[in-house]
Amino acid sequence: MRRQIPLILTFLTGIAIFIAFFIPHKPFNEVQDILLDWAIIIAGFALLLGIHSLLRKHITHIKKKDGGWGYSLILTFFFVGVFTVGIISAIQYKGYSLTPGSLLYFVYDYMVIPLSATMFALLAFFIASAAYRAFRARKLNATLLLIAAVVVMLGRVPIMENAFFNFLSRFSDWFMFIPQMAAKRGILIGVALGAFAMSLRIILGIERTYLQ
Amino acid sequence: MNVLLALLFLMQQTPNSLPSDTTEVIEVVRPAPPTDVIAMDTPNDVGGSVSVQWEISEDDGKGLNNVILYNVFRGQSEEGPFDYIGTVGAGRTSYDDQTVEKDKVTYYYILKAQTKEAVESEASNVASGKAAPQWFHHGRWNILILGILFALFFAFYIRMAKGKKLFIRKIAGLDAVEEAVGRSTEMGKPVLFCPGIGYLYDIATIAALTILGRVAKKTAEYETRIIMPNYDPVVMSAAQEIVKQSYTEAGRPDNFNEKDIFYLTQDQFGFAAGVDGIMLREKPGAIFLQGVFYAESLILAETGHSVGAIQIAGTDRVTQLPFFISACDYTLIGEEMFAASSYLSRDPVMLGSIKGSDASKVVIISVILIGAILGILGGLNIGPFGTWFQSLVNWFGRG
Repeated sequence: MRRQIPLILTFLTGIAIFIAFFIPHKPFNEVQDILLDWAIIIAGFALLLGIHSLLRKHITHIKKKDGGWGYSLILTFFFVGVFTVGIISAIQYKGYSLTPGSLLYFVYDYMVIPLSATMFALLAFFIASAAYRAFRARKLNATLLLIAAVVVMLGRVPIMENAFFNFLSRFSDWFMFIPQMAAKRGILIGVALGAFAMSLRIILGIERTYLQ
Repeated sequence: MNVLLALLFLMQQTPNSLPSDTTEVIEVVRPAPPTDVIAMDTPNDVGGSVSVQWEISEDDGKGLNNVILYNVFRGQSEEGPFDYIGTVGAGRTSYDDQTVEKDKVTYYYILKAQTKEAVESEASNVASGKAAPQWFHHGRWNILILGILFALFFAFYIRMAKGKKLFIRKIAGLDAVEEAVGRSTEMGKPVLFCPGIGYLYDIATIAALTILGRVAKKTAEYETRIIMPNYDPVVMSAAQEIVKQSYTEAGRPDNFNEKDIFYLTQDQFGFAAGVDGIMLREKPGAIFLQGVFYAESLILAETGHSVGAIQIAGTDRVTQLPFFISACDYTLIGEEMFAASSYLSRDPVMLGSIKGSDASKVVIISVILIGAILGILGGLNIGPFGTWFQSLVNWFGRG
């Protein structure tokens, strides 16, 4: 019974969504919105679980003085700090805590965004190191990859204006629109069918791993 | 001298503006109104909407070329009065009136073209239409038919698979799961499983959780620690249950540590920074990057590579696949990820669904080939192939 109830719920929800997709008439058109509302409510409560999990882990680290407990201390300190700032801003701006001028907006604008941008900027270095490994012409496949990458890069950002770079530019467009797009669409068709097969397996209760 | 003074006097008396009783005549040129206005129920909706269509004014993009927009008016009788309900730009030939209060009641519509100087045309012809809800979305026939066809393939192969051994090609990334966990165990290092930044309603996240179940069973058997930072607390809760069950099934429930399946943050790059930190501190022997990934994919995969871990990645995001292929040892490309649970379980019924998926792919490839042939022949103006090609495109492109 512990397994059957989730399976029945999954089946009924899957069928309801499937029917609603084809029937625009009331009440079917509201099924998705209702389920989305429920999902938002569940996610809200689940966030409490998440916070509990995060704080429990780091407070335990601090208590036991495990390796790297200093990081846990910093995390806990900033969690409490930002949480307090958020509450103050919410009270100050009647629920709209991220209003420009609020303390939370300041934290978001001057701390969260620069930190995220820094992480994103690191991507440039990671691309360089990954490209170095991927483009080493050790095998035929890697050599073809290297040639394609060089042609596309030079074609997309031509160094100078002449017949050779114009040709590279046209070739790179052709390469991106024809062979690259064909491969991409092939993968997308596979993904769509795989997702369809998996959805059917879940709705029909054949796939149960997620319910273990 | 007298003549000169007389002339100056006359000049002073001559008015330099029109007398107050004279009116300036400005010629107002009205644009031509739109024509052939028709109104009908908006198809495939829940009701409450009427679609109005028309032919553009003769002065829209041609003629006087002074029409900049069309004003739409609605009334409850053919004679009016008509109330303004909306505006669309020049060149447009349709407007959906979604403010209809009652279904199955006739409403009347007129349109007027308007110039930049706010000069309106005469009213167009009056068109009438009723709103009504539909019980079936006719634009989705193609999806329904293909869905039923593919579902029949699945049912057929699942039925066929019972009691038979089906051939499924080897998926190197999935065969390497045991090797990766074994390597971690030998090195005395933990296994890191990262489910990406998807939510539980993402099919790739569900696929990742099915893979997690198998990986956790292996870590339980080998008594290796599994660490799983999470982006979404709902995924975290599901993951905790799955790992717990895997440890129970493997007969090691006491080795399960709930604190190792934890929530990190819902900030994309905050999550990437957190997982990178865990990789650098814990130095896992095997890293599984399975699920939905965006720009953080390469940050994670490169950091994983730098700590010397064996990495098995998998995602359905086509744009992130090249990064994983470049940086990881094995990558499950799109559908391979969805096939993972069937492949690893070796359950005939599950494997049958993969065969069904392959049969569906044969149908799609056939349609693509037929479409390509029809398109080429149609392009060469040979017989009716052009019309057939267009019908095929319209059928698949509807909805």
